[in-house]
Amino acid sequence: MSGTDSTARPLLELQGVTKVYGRGAAAMQALRGVDLRIDAGEFVAVMGPSGSGKSTCLNILGCLDTPSAGSYRFGGVEVGTLSRNQRAELRRHYLGFVFQGFNLLNRTTALENVELPLLYRGMHIAERHRLAREALAAVGLAGWETHTPGELSGGQQQRVAIARAIVTAPDVLFADEPTGNLDSARSREIMELITAFNRERGLTIVMVTHEADMAAFATRRVHFLDGHIESDTRAHDFMETA
Amino acid sequence: MVWNALLLALREIRRNVLRSFLTILGIVIGVAAVIVMVTLGGGATAQVTAQIASLGTNLLMVRPGQRMGFGQMSTAAQFDLADAEAIEREIRSVLAIAPASSAPTTAVFGNRNWSTSITGIDNRYFGVRNWTLASGREFTASELRAGSSVCIIGATVRKELFGAQDPFGNKLRLEKLSCEVIGLLQAKGQSTMGSDQDDLVLMPLRTFQRRIAGTQDIGLIQVSVRDGASTEQVKQDIEELLRTRRHISPSEDDDFQVLDMKEITQMLAGTTQVLTALLGAVAAVSLLVGGIGIMNIMLVSVTERTREIGIRLAIGALEREVLMQFLVEAVVLAAFGGLTGIVLALAASVVLADLMSIPFVFNPGIVVLAFLFSAAVGVIFGFFPARKAARLDPIEALRHE
Repeated sequence: MSGTDSTARPLLELQGVTKVYGRGAAAMQALRGVDLRIDAGEFVAVMGPSGSGKSTCLNILGCLDTPSAGSYRFGGVEVGTLSRNQRAELRRHYLGFVFQGFNLLNRTTALENVELPLLYRGMHIAERHRLAREALAAVGLAGWETHTPGELSGGQQQRVAIARAIVTAPDVLFADEPTGNLDSARSREIMELITAFNRERGLTIVMVTHEADMAAFATRRVHFLDGHIESDTRAHDFMETA
Repeated sequence: MVWNALLLALREIRRNVLRSFLTILGIVIGVAAVIVMVTLGGGATAQVTAQIASLGTNLLMVRPGQRMGFGQMSTAAQFDLADAEAIEREIRSVLAIAPASSAPTTAVFGNRNWSTSITGIDNRYFGVRNWTLASGREFTASELRAGSSVCIIGATVRKELFGAQDPFGNKLRLEKLSCEVIGLLQAKGQSTMGSDQDDLVLMPLRTFQRRIAGTQDIGLIQVSVRDGASTEQVKQDIEELLRTRRHISPSEDDDFQVLDMKEITQMLAGTTQVLTALLGAVAAVSLLVGGIGIMNIMLVSVTERTREIGIRLAIGALEREVLMQFLVEAVVLAAFGGLTGIVLALAASVVLADLMSIPFVFNPGIVVLAFLFSAAVGVIFGFFPARKAARLDPIEALRHE
């Protein structure tokens, strides 16, 4: 599977997407006509300074938000016309999320956190436990099932969050500054874990980061500036220039 | 979906045991209060009814004066012995009559004294009221005729004045009268209205009239009706007879009252039922307050868990799933409160009924009603916070600190 194969059918496709917050004089244009296509299997790092529109772009790609104008197709489906609940269904079945602040449920065991998305699929308890254990094992946390977030280190918490994101076997994993709260050694471990999911399982990854070290793990870097894409480079390009 | 929501709700409650407990406290107290009030009220009603039924429903009580309103009696001429004799003589179906007159007094023995009431009777009183002596004897015919200074006392008077001493042969001082104790009534315990039925002194009617009251008045005529005869008919006959004897013109109201025990039963039962309903209503208000408490905590909970709701929405929870989760959580909390309240109330009712010496009457209706009401409180007061949670914007919610 090659993320650079331009003949592949695009998984995510933005065309002329704009996003405006607020109205009238207070209106703030977060995205000013963004065109972006991401194919299955790619590992994209979305970069840019604060306020450049990278988070807005991630929210739209993650079906949490809709474009003010333009088109966003997920697997050929026009997301902009979907209802709030239809987008929730889309997220539930095809998308996984990892956040900077881990966002685990407090006082809830690692296993219960991981099986949360499966709960919304109405899965049977035995199956749910099996998949959640597998996911925890896959992030190297076998044996930590009954620990609550308070009893886990930052790195371990982020691993639980990753296990929660991949337990449903999503098509795309969205990561918003996944290493923002971790030291460099832990950050490296998390990035290696994410990269392994990309390489071994062909999981498409879209990651927002402002750290070049972390972006170096990606196969493609998209730079945002003032609401549009300033540069878009593939791994082989920047490997050569490096 | 409901099953899932239930699972999530139980997890959430388990995560916050202390807060959950405090949240349901209002409901617990509300439900417990309602059930205790209604159960004790039911016990009191049952006791009143049972006690009056034991007197016999073929008993009529004739009293001077007319009920004016709640607890008030108009003043009217008392009866005299001739009235009582006339009833016995002229009305068919009358089995027996028992004239009586009573007054409050202080009984003194040695250095002890005791406030009680003294009632002048004759021996027919025992038969009509179905009272028996524990020991001693009734009045003799000559004592009744002569108005002798003898008396029969209740168990309370005996205990208060004589303690462990033998009362027989001793003399009580009542007003200026020194009175020999000749009999002791069988103990009957507390009446429904809370008065002590053993706190009394009986003496011959004539003794009472001459030595205590100083009049020939009769305050109460009790009439027992023959088995199979209509008490209603006898009541009408008595009313007619007394109107004639008391020269009441057809345009005037009765200045006396003929009470049927059946009516008294209904009246007293009615009074306790009204009181029960009133107390129950007051207690129900606390249920409402408990419901508002749940809404308050659920609203706080939604704000506090905004981020969590954001996570759930981002993961793909539908609006109605989040709504259901919070709604079920509120209902489960309220139902827990209801169940706890029921258990608490039943335990308290058993203990209180025992302390107040009234029977414990289990009322399944009010238990079911209180439980359903508490669950309904959960739905009503849980809905608004749940809707607020379900309508959160996932992006905003995730950003919430």
